[in-house]
Amino acid sequence: MNEVFDASETSRNGGKSRREALECMVWAGAGVLWTVTGGVPHSRLIGAAEAATESDATFSFLQISDSHIGFNHPPNTDTPGTLQAAIALVNAQKSNAGLMIHTGDVSHLSKAKQFDTADQIIRGARLDTHYVPGEHDVLFDDGKAFFARFAPKAPRGWYSFDQAGVHFIALNNVQNFKAGGMGNLGADQLDWLAKDLEGRSASQPIVVFAHVPLWTVSEAWGWGTADAGQALTLLRRFGSVTVLNGHIHQIMQKVEGNCAFHTARSTAFPQPAPGTAASPGPMKNVPPGHLRAMLGITKVTRVRTATPLAIIDTTLAA
Amino acid sequence: MTRIKYAAILTCALLLTARTAFAADARVTIDNFKFSPAQLVVDAGTRVIWTNQDDMPHTVVEATAAPTISSPALDTGDSFAHVFTKAGTYQYYCSVHPYMLGTVVVR
Ligand SMILES: [Cu+2]
Repeated sequence: MNEVFDASETSRNGGKSRREALECMVWAGAGVLWTVTGGVPHSRLIGAAEAATESDATFSFLQISDSHIGFNHPPNTDTPGTLQAAIALVNAQKSNAGLMIHTGDVSHLSKAKQFDTADQIIRGARLDTHYVPGEHDVLFDDGKAFFARFAPKAPRGWYSFDQAGVHFIALNNVQNFKAGGMGNLGADQLDWLAKDLEGRSASQPIVVFAHVPLWTVSEAWGWGTADAGQALTLLRRFGSVTVLNGHIHQIMQKVEGNCAFHTARSTAFPQPAPGTAASPGPMKNVPPGHLRAMLGITKVTRVRTATPLAIIDTTLAA
Repeated sequence: MTRIKYAAILTCALLLTARTAFAADARVTIDNFKFSPAQLVVDAGTRVIWTNQDDMPHTVVEATAAPTISSPALDTGDSFAHVFTKAGTYQYYCSVHPYMLGTVVVR
C-alpha cells in the first residue's frame, strides 16, 4: 500500500508514473456508462473516447465485495493477500474518491479474528468505508459482532446518508431467509425505506447497495431478493437509481427503467455463471496465475457531462 | 490433504458411533450445495448425522416458524446430529442457502 502511495507522489513530480499507467488500464477495461438524459437512462460501453471524461469527474467512490476472510481452499488460500491487492488497487485509483462501500461477506465464517483482519487491511485505503452484511457475516448471534464493528449506528444493517448530493441507501437482505426462498428485506426495512424516501426530490441521484442482488440473477441458486420489487417500486419516481450488489462473485449488469443494476467481482474467489456448474460454489479449477484476473474492485464516477455515473470494474491482474 | 482430514473425521465419528450404540444411525452428506440423500426415510429412534463436505458453510434448520432442529454453521468437515424420536415428516433447509432443501421421514 505504501508502495502505491509513493508511486502517486512520484506522479506529481512529473513523468509517466505507475499510477497514471494504472488509470489508463482502468479506462481501457470493460465499463458501462450510465447516462441519464431527461430522466431516460442509456447504457453503453466505455471506449477510449470517454477516457478523458474522468478528469471532469466531480465525485467518485469505490466498491469492494466478498472478501471472505477465513476462506482457505482452492482457488485461493490467501484471501488476506488478495484483499490487500484490492486495497492497493483502490489506493492507485482513488484520486478524488469520497468514500468506499463494502457489499458484504467481509468474512467467511463471521469470526472476530476474520472481521479484525479484514478491518485492518481495509483501513489501509484511508477511505470512509460503509458496510452491509453478507450472509457469511451473520452466521451467529444475529450478526451482532458484524454490526457492532462495521455498522455501529445501524444495529439491523440498514441506513442512509447523503454525500456530494448523492443519497446512499444501505440495505440488509441476508437475514431471516425463508426455506426455499431467496434474499429478503422484510416489512420493517421496507417501511423504513418508504419513510427515508418520503419528500425527497426525484432529481437527487440515488445509490442503493446491498449484498444479494436486488434483481433475480438465478432463482435456482437463490441469487435474488424475494421482496426487492417493493423496494424498487418506492424508487421508481427517481430519475437516477444505481443499485450495487455483490454475492455472486462476477459482474452482471442491466438497465431497467431508470434503474441501473450492477454486481461486483469478489476479492477472494470467482463463482460460476448461472447454469454453467453443478453448484454456485467457488470455481476451483482456475489455471495458475489466472486467479487475480477473476477478482477485482469497482469504481463509480459521476461525470460532469449530463448526470451520469460511470461504473468501472478492474481486475486485480490489471 | 483434505481427503485425509475427512477420513480422520469420519473414522472418529464411526468410533464414537460404535461406542454410543444408538438404535441406528443414518447419514446425510452436504456436497455441492445439496443434501444427499435429499429425502431420508428412517425408523423412530434413528440418529441422523449431517456432514458438510463443501468449502462453503451450511446449516441444517427445520423449516418451521419455531425450529426444534437447528445446527450452527457447519464449516468444511463439520457434522451435526439429531435423534428423531417421533414419527412424522420433517422438512429442513440450509439457512445460509435457503434453496437447499431436505426431508426426513420418520416411521
Ligand atoms: Cu448452505
